[in-house]
Parts: sequence; structure tokens; C-alpha cells
Amino acid sequence: MSKNSNNNAKNRKAIVSESAGWILTGGRVVDRTGERIADVAIAPDGTIAAVGVDLDLKALGLTKAPVLDVTGCVVSPGFVDIHTHLREPGREEAETIESGSRAAALGGYTAVVAMPNTEPTIDSVAVVRQVLDAGLAAGLCDVRSSGSITLGREGDALSPMAELAAAGVRIFTDDGCGVQDDRLMRRALEYASGLPESVVLAQHCEVEALSHGGHMHEGEWSSRLGIPGMPAEAEELMVFRDIALSRLTGMVVHFQHLSTAGAVALVRDAKASGLNVTAEATPHHFTLTHAEVASYDPVFKVNPPLRTAEDVAAVKAGLADGTIDAIATDHAPHTDDVKEAPFDHAPCGMLGLETALALGITELVEPGVLSMTEFIAKMSWNPAAIARIDGIHGRNIQADEPAHLVVFDPALEWAVDPSALASKSNNTPYAGRVVRGKVRHTFLCGVPTVLDGEAQR
Amino acid sequence: MNRPVTNPRHGRLRSLLTISDLGPDIATGISEVMTLTDSFVEVSERTIPKVPALRGRTVVSLFFEDSTRTRLSFETAAKRLSADTMNFSVSTSSVKKGESLRDTIETIEAMGVDAIVVRHASAGVPRQIAQWATSAVINAGDGWHEHPTQALLDCYTIRQRFGEITGKRIAIVGDIRHSRVARSNIAAFTALGAEVTLVAPPTLLPPSLEGWPAKVSTNIDAVLPTVDVCYMLRMQRERMTEALIPTIREYSTRYGLNERRAELLPDHALIMHPGPMNRGVEIDAAVADLPNTVIVDQVRNGVAVRMAVLFLLLGSGTTWGGEADV
Repeated sequence: MSKNSNNNAKNRKAIVSESAGWILTGGRVVDRTGERIADVAIAPDGTIAAVGVDLDLKALGLTKAPVLDVTGCVVSPGFVDIHTHLREPGREEAETIESGSRAAALGGYTAVVAMPNTEPTIDSVAVVRQVLDAGLAAGLCDVRSSGSITLGREGDALSPMAELAAAGVRIFTDDGCGVQDDRLMRRALEYASGLPESVVLAQHCEVEALSHGGHMHEGEWSSRLGIPGMPAEAEELMVFRDIALSRLTGMVVHFQHLSTAGAVALVRDAKASGLNVTAEATPHHFTLTHAEVASYDPVFKVNPPLRTAEDVAAVKAGLADGTIDAIATDHAPHTDDVKEAPFDHAPCGMLGLETALALGITELVEPGVLSMTEFIAKMSWNPAAIARIDGIHGRNIQADEPAHLVVFDPALEWAVDPSALASKSNNTPYAGRVVRGKVRHTFLCGVPTVLDGEAQR
Repeated sequence: MNRPVTNPRHGRLRSLLTISDLGPDIATGISEVMTLTDSFVEVSERTIPKVPALRGRTVVSLFFEDSTRTRLSFETAAKRLSADTMNFSVSTSSVKKGESLRDTIETIEAMGVDAIVVRHASAGVPRQIAQWATSAVINAGDGWHEHPTQALLDCYTIRQRFGEITGKRIAIVGDIRHSRVARSNIAAFTALGAEVTLVAPPTLLPPSLEGWPAKVSTNIDAVLPTVDVCYMLRMQRERMTEALIPTIREYSTRYGLNERRAELLPDHALIMHPGPMNRGVEIDAAVADLPNTVIVDQVRNGVAVRMAVLFLLLGSGTTWGGEADV
């Protein structure tokens, strides 16, 4: 266990010391073993004491534990977001680690991996520690730090990967852009394969020579709207290259935010050929298309861009057949004033942490694209494994496991209201959209970070 | 967030951002502008070309991109309607000091304006402004997107020569990809029943023509004998550095309207250009001065068309009774 994890554990113990435990009754318990109706008892030490029907609370020493009736709700391992922009350090006006952690907790997340495109870049141990410390101080979510593959995300020289890994980094990425230089990417994979920790290189796939100057998906709508486009092939070429480099180096590559039918097909074929690659998709890439940009509202500007209806269908098919392992939010807060710029001047990105669960239920589970268990797999234990935190997160709900849990009502209908979100920013593309599925309680190490839909700190 | 795009005084058009704003029946909308333009052409021919139609109203030109011609055309139109005009010059304004687009609009509106004429290098800015502003917004060109008053004055110029546009065959030649003029003209010409052919190297066409009511050709010599109007677009030199064309000379040889090609046109065919021309690039100097070249008419009609648009957006109705001179 890394030094970082030890720190986390010690700190949590301080938080939970006054707890009397919690009892969740009548919930639909879902984990990788399947689902059943059961009560869940959480011990004062932050672990799960027992799971079952007719629990003997006296024997468990939990007679003073408050009881929450969660009948009708799903109780599952807390969600893990492996793609979160927390903006701190550098852009604290858009989000802080605290406000982002609160948004995460309200979205049902018990762990997030902060992306490294901060100012300064997360390419040194000092910035990693700053992020981890701020996460612990906020105490709302297990905040992990990624590290950049290249110094300053400039694509020229490798970051000190061994130092960063020793400080707790497990995902390396230049997210925001892809590593353009083929040789440098090969070297990064080879070098990472020799680290004592198990790490993964995650790629934002975009060949900039082809996407240069583009602000939306290149196609029917970009042509009509007169906005320079980014062709699907810019993403697919880098997916293709990294599959080749994964084969060459024997290293795992994780593909971030797949958005095109061609990219999904490449990853599907690579997996079929036995290659060890993983992939994620965002809620916006399985719910929205480039037609949204007709409003010229930069809230719909994101990278990779919103693509065609066929691409959306392909992303859903990739989620359904297991090509895409995880749902990741790419939560990317921006203040109103920078988003109220001309479309081609506005920054890319949209909020995601507080809407991912509802969009997944409304657009994937209810229409039958995924079963509830398959959906939660992509929200919890699959991303936990990709982030190398599956020893702690995404665990089965059974005695002695850490109580990182989410309790959500899958049927609760609500309308997305940007100003009601906990994020410091308002840039959700779903304003006014009616969705189903809302978090009721979130437990981090047995401590409620969210209770009855309210953040606890 | 979407506000109705209507003028409360007559329940019609409130802002003109794209040609489709003249719909739902675009042809009828354009015809209305044409009829109004007729009466303002008459005003423009008077000794004192000024009427009190928009007295007391204020029109501000908000040009984020230099365009002396279009700005002067709009300002002349507003002045002939007796509107007060203001010119928000971006080069000397707070925009240079980092003021946001929305703050700029709120500042201008606080001064009390009735219409904002916007030119911006970014597509969609007039639509964004129309969401925030309470005044009428007129798109005077946004990036590669649209330039609706240019299309209206082009329609008017063709109608002036031919009486109608229905059934006419129009070639638009050149850099369609980057052209707001082409996008507005294709919408307007086809709504009026013309048949449009785009002539350009594939690199200068939009990446997708799905849903575009136009034919495409790369052979200008084959197209010219079949058309009633040959509309040449301005070719910009920087397209070479973007690897869209090898050289200006090669473009000029393959797609330029030289004297030999002008001979291929039917006798009655018009030659049009939105200006400013690059003589010797997309159009030969001699061709630019041929009798069927109506480029000067386009500029002249531009003022009357913009008077019609301003009157439609700010005036008392969709027809004008021809008030007395002031």
C-alpha cells in the first residue's frame, strides 16, 4: 500500500471515531455478485459489519446505530470517476477540490481521479501532494491524483513517472490533449512498464494535425453552421496508433472518452485480439449529438466533440457489449463568463458529476441497453480497477469491506437545474432536462457525505 | 432562454440572423423585403434621399471585424430613414481591455438602442447576442456562417434585371467552405426557386453537403454555358498556407473568371461578386467592367435593401406608405 493510502486511512479514522454506525434497511443491494434485498449494517470503524435479512444488531453491537429505511433504493459500492477536472490548483474560480468533491458525493461518487491539466500541471510530487491534501481536508470523497505523461503536458519530455507513482499516482495522462509524438508515447509506455507500482497510461485520443482549428465535430452540422470541424478520424488515428503501441510494448493503454463509432470498433477488435486495453465513455457522448450546437451555445462545446446519432448508438453498443469498460464524467467546470464567449473562443468542457447517474439510468438502464448491475459495474468496480484502487473501492457489499457506499432511488424524477448543482460552475448541457435516478445517501468509510440528498459538509 | 424572434409592433420579424429567419415561408419573407426595397430605391433616387420613417430610433453598428463597406451601407441606410446612428468601434473599445461579449452588449443596451448591427469573425455571435439583447439584432456577417442582407441585395439585383429568380440557374464559384455569403445565398436563391450549382475545388467545399439544396461541379467551363448568373466569391491568399490550394495562380487558372470564360456565358447572363474584388485572381480586370457585370448595382441596392430590413425590424409595419421628405 502506498504512503498516500496510509494517510487516507489514518485521516478517515479520525473522521469516523464518533460514529455509532448506520443501518440501511430494505435496500436492493447490488454488487458484482448480483443483487438481493438485504439490510446493510455499517460498523463505527467504517467497515461493513454485516449484510442480510433480520440482522442481529445486538450481536453486532449496533443497537445505537441510526436506521435509514432505503426500501425501493439501490445500495451499491460508491461510484468511481476516473476522469474529473477539479481545476485546483489554478482555476479555483471554476471549481475547487472541495466544491468538486461535494459535487462528486452528491453524484454518488466515493472516489475521483483528478486530471492533471491544472495550473501548474500535475507533473511533480509537490502538486500531487497539494491535490491529495486538499481532498483529505474536504473529506467528501477519496480524491486521487493523476499525473501528466509529459512535463507541462507539452508533449516534449517525460514527467518523473516513478516519483509520481511513489506519491500515489496510478493514472498517467496528458488529458486535454493526446501525446502527439509516436516515439515519446512508445517510450512512456515502456518506461511505465518498469515501475514497481501497477500504473496505466490513459490517452485523450486526438491527432492535432487533423483536428487543428476545429471547435465541433466535422460533418453536416459544422458545415451548415460555419464552424470549423474536427473529423472523427482525428480520434480514430490515435486510437489505432496506441493499440499498435500497446501491442509493441505489452503495456495497458486506457482510452479516455471514446466518442466515434470507428474508435469503438477499433477497441472492440483490439480486445478481441487479446490485447489488454480498456476504455471509458462519457454520459454526454451517449446522450447528445452535434445537432445541439445549432444553438451556438458554448455549453455544448466539449472535446471530443458531440458527434452524430450513429456515433451515439455505437457508444451505447460499446457499453452494452463490454468494449467500453467504464462510464467517466469528464466533469469540466467553466465559469459563465468564459462560456459566454463566441463559440470558437469558448473553452471545451461540461459538468458531469451530478448528472451521470441519472443519465445512465434514464438513457441506458431504462431502455435496456444495460442491466442495473452492468451499469453499476461501469460506474464503480470497473473504473476502480482501471484506477488501481479496486482494493478499496468498488468492493462487494459484505462484512469487513470498507463502507464506501451509495444509496440511490432509481425512479425519482427530477429536472436538472444548473444553479442547484454543488459545482461552482453552471455549465451543464442538461438544463431543464427531466431525468430519473437520484442519490439519497453516500457513505465514505462509513461516514455519510450525503444524507437525504444533502451534502453533510 | 429562447425569445420569440418577432417585432412586437407587427408580430413579425424581430431580428435578422439568418435567411431562414424570414420563414416559415422564406420566399414570401424575401418578397416582402423586395417590395419594401422598391419603395426605398425610389427614396434613394430623390434629391434629398431621406424619410422620417425611423426618426427617434437608434441603430448601433457593432463591428468586431473590419468592414468599411458593409458598415457604411448600414449607416447610410439608417440615416436615410432618419434613425440616429452610433458606431461602436471595437479597436478603441473596452473589448480590447478584456470585456466579455455579454458585458459589451449590456453596456450598449443600457444606453438605449433599438437595433444592433453585428459583424463578427465568429459564427453564431449574432444569435448569442439576440439571446441576451432586447433590441433587434441584424447579422452583418458572422464568420463562415451567414450574411443575410448580402443575400437579400443579391436577390434584389437579380430580380431587378430578370424580373424574377424562380427557375434561374445560378453558379456560385470559389471558396464556398469559408463563405458566409455563399451560405446565405444558397438559402435565399433556392427558397425562391433558383437552381444553384457550386463550383469549387473539393478543398474549398464544406466537409459535408448533406441537406444542401445545390449541385456541385469542379468544371467551371462546363457549367458557365448553362447559367443565368455567375456569382464569383472572393479568394483569400491565406488559403494557400492552409494547403487548400497549391497556388493562387493555379486557382486563378482553374476557377478564375477570365475573358475566355466570360465568353462561355450566355449573352444575358449576369456576373456578380460580393466585393471587395481581387482583380486578376477570381475575376479578370476586363471582366469586372463588362456590361453584364452588376457589381456596382449590388452595392447601390445594398443601401435600399438595408433600409427595408431596418424598417421591417423597427418600423410600424411590413409596408411603407411613402411618407413625405423631411
